[in-house]
Amino acid sequence: MDWQGQKVAEQLMQIMLVVFAIGAFITGYFMGSFQLMLFIYAGGVVLTTLITIPNWPFFNRHPLQWLDPSEIEKHPKPQATGPISKKQPAKKQ
Amino acid sequence: MHSFGYRANALLTFSLTILALMCAMASVSDNLNSQSPTATVQVLNVNRFQKKSNGDDEVGITLDISADLQSLFTWNTKQVFVFLAAEYSTPKNSLNQVSLWDGIIPAKEDAKFSIKTKNKYRFIDQGSNLRGRDFNLSLHWHVMPKTGKMFADKLVLSGYRLPESYR
Repeated sequence: MDWQGQKVAEQLMQIMLVVFAIGAFITGYFMGSFQLMLFIYAGGVVLTTLITIPNWPFFNRHPLQWLDPSEIEKHPKPQATGPISKKQPAKKQ
Repeated sequence: MHSFGYRANALLTFSLTILALMCAMASVSDNLNSQSPTATVQVLNVNRFQKKSNGDDEVGITLDISADLQSLFTWNTKQVFVFLAAEYSTPKNSLNQVSLWDGIIPAKEDAKFSIKTKNKYRFIDQGSNLRGRDFNLSLHWHVMPKTGKMFADKLVLSGYRLPESYR
């Protein structure tokens, strides 16, 4: 799951659960059935689980753009030099 | 970091938090219910009225209890426990309560009832104070919710009097 996918999954999970909870509570209250509220909410949780927990291809539409390997050759890692250069920054303070 | 287990954990905790909130709201919604229970109790007969060998008075009575407790039921009510108590005062104690009958009402459909019954539990005074005693019959109930706060209330029915002599 890429960065965009993680954000979408988390938001989707929260929004879906809250919407199902509100829907379940209102339906249960007006139908006068506590059991109905629990069933609707349980259904919502299962649906949310199926949508947001597995790593669906939908969450992988923005793959990370890694640098091209040739970039490393153009900008090589700075090599550590002798012990003198290492001590100098500490002395400045 | 954002693994299968992490997402499952986040969903589980968030969904249970919301479930707890829903239950709390269901309990709060019980306060919107307006209650108007009614009850009448008749003492049909005093079957026996004796002094026991240890000096305590005991009464056996037949009761006709009819009540409509349907308005106590809401969507969040599991059951209603109801009991009928005789309440009277004696020189020694200002309030004596003796439970005579009780019942559990499991559903709204059963909450309107009328039964004729002998006292289910023995009506015994700890002493011999019952002759000619005025007493109240009060119908107590405890509304047991599916979640949240339990409500209790009562209806006091007064104007009952025990006979002047043993029989």
